[in-house]
Amino acid sequence: MQLTTLMAIPLIGAVAILVLPKAKETLIKQVALVVSIITAADAVRLLVGLDTNNGGIQLAEKHSWIPSFGISWSLGMDGIAGLLIAMATILVPLIIIAGWFDAEKSERGSVKEFFTLILLLEVCMIGVFAATDLFLFYVFFEVMLVPVYFLIGRFGGAQRSYAAMKFLLYSLVGGLFMLASLIGVFIASIHELGHGTFDFTALTGLHMDAGTQKVLFLGFFFAFAVKAPMVPFHTWLPDAAAEATPGTSALLVGVLDKVGTFGMIRYLLPIFPDASHYYAPFIIVLACISIFYGALLAIGQTDMMRLVAFSSVSHFGFIVLGIFVFTSQGLSGSSFYMVNHGFSTGALFLVVGYLASRRGSKKISDFGGVNKVAPVMAGVFLISGLSSLALPGMSSFVSEFLVLIGTFSQNRWAANIATVGIVLAAFYILWLYQRTMTGEPSEEVKSTVTEINKRELVAVVPALALIVALGVFPQAALKIINPAVKQVQKYVSVVDPAPAVGAATQGNGS
Amino acid sequence: MTAALIGLPLFGATVLLLGGRRTNAWGHLFAVAMSASAFFVGVATFVSMLGRSSEDRAVHQHLFDWIAVGSFHVPFDLQVDQLSIAFVLLITGVGTLIHIYSIGYMSHDENRRKFFAYLNLFVAAMLLLVLANNYFLLYVGWEGVGLASYLLISFWQHKPSAAVAGKKAFVVNRVGDVGLSLAVMLMFVTFGTVTFDGVAKEASKGDSTSLKLIGFALLLAACGKSAQFPLQSWLLDAMEGPTPVSALIHAATMVTAGVYLIVRAHAIFDLSETARTAVVVIGAITLLLGAFIGTAKDDIKKGLAGSTMSQIGYMILAAGLGPVGYVFAIFHLLTHGMFKAGLFLGAGSVMHGVNDDVNMRHYGALRTAMKITYVTFGLGFLAIIGIPPFAGFWSKDEIIHAAFGQNIFIGLATLIGAGVTAFYMTRMMAMTFFGEARWEKGVHPHESPLVMTAPMMILAVGSVFGGMALKFLGNIDSWLEPVVGHANPANDVSNTILIPVTLAVVLAGAGYAWVTYGQRPVPVVAPAEVSLLTRAARNDAYGDAINEAVFMRPGLHLTRALVWFDSKGIDGFIAGLAGFIAALSARGRKIQNGYTRSYALTMLGGAALIAFVLFLVRL
Repeated sequence: MQLTTLMAIPLIGAVAILVLPKAKETLIKQVALVVSIITAADAVRLLVGLDTNNGGIQLAEKHSWIPSFGISWSLGMDGIAGLLIAMATILVPLIIIAGWFDAEKSERGSVKEFFTLILLLEVCMIGVFAATDLFLFYVFFEVMLVPVYFLIGRFGGAQRSYAAMKFLLYSLVGGLFMLASLIGVFIASIHELGHGTFDFTALTGLHMDAGTQKVLFLGFFFAFAVKAPMVPFHTWLPDAAAEATPGTSALLVGVLDKVGTFGMIRYLLPIFPDASHYYAPFIIVLACISIFYGALLAIGQTDMMRLVAFSSVSHFGFIVLGIFVFTSQGLSGSSFYMVNHGFSTGALFLVVGYLASRRGSKKISDFGGVNKVAPVMAGVFLISGLSSLALPGMSSFVSEFLVLIGTFSQNRWAANIATVGIVLAAFYILWLYQRTMTGEPSEEVKSTVTEINKRELVAVVPALALIVALGVFPQAALKIINPAVKQVQKYVSVVDPAPAVGAATQGNGS
Repeated sequence: MTAALIGLPLFGATVLLLGGRRTNAWGHLFAVAMSASAFFVGVATFVSMLGRSSEDRAVHQHLFDWIAVGSFHVPFDLQVDQLSIAFVLLITGVGTLIHIYSIGYMSHDENRRKFFAYLNLFVAAMLLLVLANNYFLLYVGWEGVGLASYLLISFWQHKPSAAVAGKKAFVVNRVGDVGLSLAVMLMFVTFGTVTFDGVAKEASKGDSTSLKLIGFALLLAACGKSAQFPLQSWLLDAMEGPTPVSALIHAATMVTAGVYLIVRAHAIFDLSETARTAVVVIGAITLLLGAFIGTAKDDIKKGLAGSTMSQIGYMILAAGLGPVGYVFAIFHLLTHGMFKAGLFLGAGSVMHGVNDDVNMRHYGALRTAMKITYVTFGLGFLAIIGIPPFAGFWSKDEIIHAAFGQNIFIGLATLIGAGVTAFYMTRMMAMTFFGEARWEKGVHPHESPLVMTAPMMILAVGSVFGGMALKFLGNIDSWLEPVVGHANPANDVSNTILIPVTLAVVLAGAGYAWVTYGQRPVPVVAPAEVSLLTRAARNDAYGDAINEAVFMRPGLHLTRALVWFDSKGIDGFIAGLAGFIAALSARGRKIQNGYTRSYALTMLGGAALIAFVLFLVRL
């Protein structure tokens, strides 16, 4: 019941806010913040309690829901899901703090609505990662769209309706393909087991023939690739991220998009191992394209939010790459990457949001010289940027390098190509910094861009501190991820390639 | 003990950066204290090493397991051996002197605290670079110094030129980092380990292709960090940073990290002649290119930057000679660290005296106005051009000697380089300290305060005695031999011929410069009518123009084209699709006729289709 309880906390919070009078805006915010902090604390407690010798699903619970279709309310988590849930729930209070006054600015939505939606979204985020029933996963996958749709559509910028609709349509279309495949899997389970099931563990035991796998794989992959987002299914993201409030963008890119890559690790590889092997070369090519395409497009952007969004397209290329090389370093690196990217992109969106709300513009050319008027803001911006370009010493470096080295041992060319991506990342981040923060400030910048305040600082510092802490002690997260990854490798029947000259023991020099 | 070396300056940087304005009053002193403490820890470590036999000198310290995924294990371990300690003493010793100098140099800067925080950060990162016991942890220090370099080059970031230069340095270094990344990956897949000891132990089992590729990848990394051809262009721009930064990072320590990397990975290079040859060629090209650029610069710092490129070219070349050259690469690195830092601090002192003007055509006759600077700079000058018994003579002569032992052309390159070095340095001396005064209006050159001149004097002592001390007192070759190995060149060219020849070349270069710039008046405005060669040298041999034409401009066009493609191509296609579907559904609305029987028929059709597809794929 622990995971159901975890989901119940923000749900109760959302209900509590619903019954509060609309005018008590401060109280609503305080309730939301306290509830989200309790949720985060509980999620971390569950994460710490995981057995790191067990790569399977832990904290499992199962309650029958629609028995005739073999659907149950099944929750549980392995290390990967646990870390993602922890990351998501830690981000939520930070986003609430950062977006404390975002709802008031909207002419359509109310404070009450905003914070209810955020907490409801949090329920879905936990659910989608914790579900161990494929149908339940699908339900959360789709239901999650609703709060996000309203968060963008009612609280976003000028083009919010267009962006929200585009986001919704993309996700729905992807979801429909997944639904079709879902039914196919269900039928396959009837064929083999005699009774249909959506239970994750039971589905991993199916022996679908390669042809069936190849067809059903595509439906899931399409849904996940839209979500992740991979080129060429990415064009919804820059619009959505640019129009949403910074906090929503942070959750959208930092957490929701991870559902795509998480789905690949959790469902594609274990349920469709043969198809995964079959499609891996194509997906690796697509991932390499995403890395470059996203980075080049980021360089070409004139809007800060869109730049961050495109940088994420590039980052997701790395994550997908690491998954489909099937090595332990690749898979662990990708899993860790998802967590780090949540914090680093989250922080970056928030800081860009601070700047945009002051200046009333997200255009890069409207800035310049910020370092002179708001040095701490510039510093926080730089640190967020450095974590995005994977500076050694930060956690993003560890995960990015693990992906690269995991790729290298399996597919040298892909690794060589992807490695060049690190140059582009340095360029788009530092060029952004140069154009916005350095030089002499214009009169407009001087009169509008004030120094970062305490509340804003409190919202980003924890994320940045975690990035540094996990950069120095990545093993704290990796030791939770590794057993789960080993389990995934078992599903796809892959063992890591051995070194060319057998160095059985590691000289650790001590 | 070893961890404290890194911990002290890291603590300093953290306190100053997080402490903010509260630490403004004493921040610089705190930073100096942290750097100095690290130096004393370094000296203590060194002394304790002296007390042990050469096999037991290395000290390892296990801190924790940094990364362990599958068979990829990276410990967070430090090691001090004979090679690392040489760097530790150089970094903390010269580093502390430059910290002290900066108290005076940056005294009027409103962000002085930040400057010292970054200096401390640099020292910490550089120490991590040389104390790591594996290539991947080295990487952290490697990019850490890159970060510090970025922050310090663009320290005056309100100046667009400084901001651009900082970014350029970081991005070009990232190109080098691709090499380091690939090297680490290759080592892992080849040997299953990335520790120095592990790789050295397994290296002989590696196939020649892997060894060659690892060597190339490491060389690429070294080219980025050490501003070697073809990644040299950032170093000249890096002179936008405050002069103490140029002295510490872009002359004495960071830019020599590439030499460290190659020497540290000697086990790889020992076994791959192809890789060694590539290193030698790059070193030879850069040593000539840098010297060539140095001959035409009027900006005193850029002249010295060209010189740094060139001198590091010597070191890289020596490292590429293999066991014949490793120890001399490090020897020259150490002497260069002293005299080049001294020269840069001297340049800073001159700039301090002439309102931060860097144009040597506005100098002249400063020997009277700035006596201490003149003498200390002059001693550095004698050291760099290789006049016996000054520091550079001993180390450079060894490299020339080893190079001739290897190959006559390589030897000639080092010899010509020595002559050109003498030319551009004499030109610099003459234009700055001799001739008639060409000072701008309102400039009243004056000597710098003691806090600046004292470090210069100490470094000048190094310029005079550093070479002899390392050679005769320190026995640098036998000191380093247990770590990097040492061999004599195959065909020994007698030094009794080589030294006089070298000296003759040096004196010829110096004499030509003296006649041209010391005896004749120097035009205040650089003459426009100059030879193609001079023009090329003034433009850094068109390195930037080539980068611009090959990477930046096509890259910009590509980016623009992709942005267009993304919105008009991909997004346009999907918008078109949406429009098509909208039109289709307008027609499809007619199917929604409300008759249950037709819906049932549609459902049946759909189910049949799914069943059919499943049937098909099962075949």
